[in-house]
Amino acid sequence: MRPTNKEYAAMAKKQSPPSPKVKDFICAFVIGGLICVLGQLLIELYTYLGFEEKVVKMAVPSTLIFAAALLTGLKIFDKIAKRAGAGTLVPITGFANAVVSPAIEFKSEGQVLGLGAKMFTIAGPVLVFGITASAVYGIILWIAGMF
Amino acid sequence: MKKTGKRTIIFENKPSILGYASVVGKKEHEGPLSEEFDFYTEDSFFGEKTFEKAESKLQKTAVKIALEKARLEEKDIDNIFAGDLLNQCIGSSFGLKEFGIPFIGLYGACSTMSLSAGLAALFVDSGAAEHTAAVTSSHFCSAERQYRFPLNYGSQRTPTAQWTVTGSGALVLGRGAGKPYINSVTFGEIADYGIKDTNNMGAAMAPAAADTLLHFFSDTGTKAEDYDIIFTGDLGYVGTNLLYELLEREKTDIRCRHSDCGLIIFDREKQDVHAGASGCGCSASVLCSYILHRLEQGDFKNILFMSTGALLSPTSSFQGSSIPGIAHLLNIKND
Repeated sequence: MRPTNKEYAAMAKKQSPPSPKVKDFICAFVIGGLICVLGQLLIELYTYLGFEEKVVKMAVPSTLIFAAALLTGLKIFDKIAKRAGAGTLVPITGFANAVVSPAIEFKSEGQVLGLGAKMFTIAGPVLVFGITASAVYGIILWIAGMF
Repeated sequence: MKKTGKRTIIFENKPSILGYASVVGKKEHEGPLSEEFDFYTEDSFFGEKTFEKAESKLQKTAVKIALEKARLEEKDIDNIFAGDLLNQCIGSSFGLKEFGIPFIGLYGACSTMSLSAGLAALFVDSGAAEHTAAVTSSHFCSAERQYRFPLNYGSQRTPTAQWTVTGSGALVLGRGAGKPYINSVTFGEIADYGIKDTNNMGAAMAPAAADTLLHFFSDTGTKAEDYDIIFTGDLGYVGTNLLYELLEREKTDIRCRHSDCGLIIFDREKQDVHAGASGCGCSASVLCSYILHRLEQGDFKNILFMSTGALLSPTSSFQGSSIPGIAHLLNIKND
């Protein structure tokens, strides 16, 4: 007898192994944490080299973005991210990877309609909702400031 | 030919497999069936500029080798039945455009091998064609970019996800004695049990597989034990277990006779393919290598081969639609 969709969903759930969440959490925590440590080391390094605080704040994310983009191009980033999950996704490295990987992938469709058009297919929503959220937050802050 | 039962067409003129060939990529060649394939390429671009062109070349190469093995030329083939996973089936049309063979393009997702072979056999059996060919392919990289993420994007695959096979399988059919032949075909209906997870294709396809198999058993009055082995296309680990469960509800047990192409082409643990393999090229390259070798050598004499497909598109899944499944079944014999 044919199971109902609801019954089948339960059967499928039972047969589908779940993601190893504890392992994923630990990997994400450790690797994400290491990326932050790397960021801190860069701050120390740039400060030691005598850069102003303002410059350091620009240079550190730029270095991390460059490193993530380079590792994406060298096909290393995805191998790390496979283990790290949110550990590489959440820091700025994830954003760099999300822009660079489609740019590499879709260059076969040309510079304009491929690389140009597809570059933000993954990162696009982050930009749209990120910028919208910051605008909304700004308005709330402005209204709150009036009282 | 004659129709038996509700859906099964039994052939009377033994449409035989005169030639067959499989062409695969590096990962498939590193798997357990390594020695079985006719040709493999280390280069995922196969010497071409794009993955789509590489996939076309997989089909082209498979057809060429199958023709050589059948000792036939392109002009001897009356019709070629082909399909793939790419939008508008460009893997097939671009791969086969230079052959000059009347082309019948098909879309059956990963069920394309048994769909194309079934129709090719029907043409030969009815006398509509003297020789026909059936071919299909998939390519991991072209499938990933169409259905999922760019290759270098750092994402995690779920345990139920399957790995698209880079490979192609081609058959050349005609009337000829002493070769494995297609005894019957059962075309399946679309079965949709509401699965929406695009990373769980096995679960989406298992109901279609169960339905087609049960129709075949009922049409022919046979049971699993009457066959040496029953191959499903690419149900993988999850889909296979669900197939067993669905069949159990119908008091049918195929466990002792069943194998899934998606579970034998890769070493699931060592090659890190999670729930198994998938793609049109999965069942096609396993049929056109391991399975037909065993049939020719007499290890198998009477088998069932059922490719399974998930009829989704990136658009339908983004729109939240569930995944319809399909399965077509061939009974292949060598006696």
